[in-house]
Amino acid sequence: MKQFLAFVKKEFYHILRDGRTMLILLGMPIVQILLFGFAINMEVQNIRTVIFDPAQDAITTQISRRIAANRYFNMNKYVSSFDEINRLLQQGEIDVAIVYEQNFNENLIHTKKAQLQIITDASNPNTGTIVANYVMAIIGDYQKEMLRTNSIPYQINIENKLLYNPEMRSAYTFVPGIMGLVLLVICAIMTSISIVREKERGTMEVLLASPLKSWTVLISKTIPYLTLSFVNLITILLLSVYILNVPIQGSLVLLIFISVLFIFLALSLGLLISTAVDTQVVAVLISGIGLMMPALILSGMIFPIENMPLPLQWASSIVPARWYISAVKKVMIEGLGVAHIIKELSVIIGMIIFLIGASIANIKNRLA
Amino acid sequence: MILVKNLHKTYGKVTALNNLSFTVNDGEIFGVIGPDGSGKTSLFRILASVLLPNSGSAEMNGLSVSKDFKKIRNIIGYMPGRFSLYQDLSVEENLKFFATIFSTTIEENYHLIKDIYQQIEPFKKRRAGALSGGMKQKLALSCALIHKPEVLILDEPTTGVDPVSRKEFWDMLKRLKSEGITILVSTAYMDEAGLCDRIALMREGNFIATDTPQNIINSYNETLLAVQTENMSASLSDLRNHPKVKTCFAFGNQHHITVHADLSISDLQHYLNEKGYSTVEIKAIEPTVEDCFMALTNNP
Repeated sequence: MKQFLAFVKKEFYHILRDGRTMLILLGMPIVQILLFGFAINMEVQNIRTVIFDPAQDAITTQISRRIAANRYFNMNKYVSSFDEINRLLQQGEIDVAIVYEQNFNENLIHTKKAQLQIITDASNPNTGTIVANYVMAIIGDYQKEMLRTNSIPYQINIENKLLYNPEMRSAYTFVPGIMGLVLLVICAIMTSISIVREKERGTMEVLLASPLKSWTVLISKTIPYLTLSFVNLITILLLSVYILNVPIQGSLVLLIFISVLFIFLALSLGLLISTAVDTQVVAVLISGIGLMMPALILSGMIFPIENMPLPLQWASSIVPARWYISAVKKVMIEGLGVAHIIKELSVIIGMIIFLIGASIANIKNRLA
Repeated sequence: MILVKNLHKTYGKVTALNNLSFTVNDGEIFGVIGPDGSGKTSLFRILASVLLPNSGSAEMNGLSVSKDFKKIRNIIGYMPGRFSLYQDLSVEENLKFFATIFSTTIEENYHLIKDIYQQIEPFKKRRAGALSGGMKQKLALSCALIHKPEVLILDEPTTGVDPVSRKEFWDMLKRLKSEGITILVSTAYMDEAGLCDRIALMREGNFIATDTPQNIINSYNETLLAVQTENMSASLSDLRNHPKVKTCFAFGNQHHITVHADLSISDLQHYLNEKGYSTVEIKAIEPTVEDCFMALTNNP
């Protein structure tokens, strides 16, 4: 036990004295949360808008006001010709132009039809579509209200109800994703690097020639990273609740329990890597390509799993982060209880048992 | 006592150790001397129980390095050829760490390391990575000694160490020997051979001679001369071209040559003068271990 504690203490010295790495480890979740939260945002905000309104009647003014009042739109100005719209779009000064037809109100009253054109800059197709959808949503809302007051017998209401994430906030998707990613990076990559570093620097040779047991070495290596990732977990949760306003709907205890399970999973992955490779570079490559990329791409964090081709869907089921992210989504965002994440829990536990077994089988008492 | 029988180790097609057998007695300083790549490190790793031999056996105080490795690891102090301490830990932290993993304390065996450790104690707060080569080795030796091992295995402990520190290092080994510790040490420096009780000259995985340094020197039966001229590099080939010169090697600022018994010093002097060397100095010398190594390497 004394040996174990001395080893853990030594590990903390290594980490604490490597200020740069320490900064990266503790800063990474903060940067990622802020980056995904504000910069790499799937929501389109601050949409620069101009309006071309030759009609200038009661209805167009009301619609324009609604758009201007919406928090996603930044109303720039009214323009007076298509040429001006074209010029502004070409110069990249606006994202969308809204054009009413002449006699908008009269046409609406007499023919029950009026035309409105939305011109978006679709050089980024995603943004273009999203902006157009926003405008249509605003107009649709307005139309509904109008229909209500005008009491027309038939009305068709197309209602698009977005459950759990009514505002289509992307934070709801990426917060669980980042939790998975950060825990994976810190536990798996850092643990494997720190063990492999002992091999590379030759200190493992001395440790091997000492009465210290191999598993003592491995387990003590994981303790500091377990602590670090717990700190990170708390940081992420605090940031997402208080900065990104993503509430924890379900049980906090359950959420932490899943996270601790996932931390163990990531640690055992790190151990397995470290038993198999001999240089830090290889350890980084394996964990970087073998763990981070799948965690980013196949876990459902960025691309929905249901949209993937079947082979990729199968591949995603061996990505540990997928199960963790899915469980976190259910508990944190949807507020579901333990009964709904039995599948995720059993996959994660199964993976832990497999990985620890494989690491133990791989532990060597000697060099090479 | 270390008992090695038919130890064999290969890496792919390369034979590192070729059926080595030897014995090291208790309380002896046993030197393994040979150039880089002769198999010293493989041998020491096997004896330190961190590498498995392909065949053969090695026993240390009755314990097999392959089967009883857990027990072996309690009784040996191993210092690998590469500096293998934690560079980002201080001198004191390193020592304390190794004391703890061997379930002992610095205080308990301080008398063993006192002489060595006192020299680096003024720097005990310094990170090990910032120490000089000699101090690093003294720290490494302290760490290998802190649990009072019965056998000390030192792989090239003086490589890259300045001559003064090297001498101090060997003085310490002598003192440790008087504590009853068996010391197995390897070196590429032939001049350190005389400091061992017994030496093994190693080449390509074989011991080409195992004896006391004096006996090895005594068994040398060539006529050995030292030659100095004003142009050493040119004279090397001129000497080699002389029909009665058997071997000729550069030894620092001299050439050591072995000659047929019937070649007199004055004949050789004459020969070199004819080749155009004006200052020629030739004298008969006593062989060193290095001369013996060269002779054994050339006439297997």
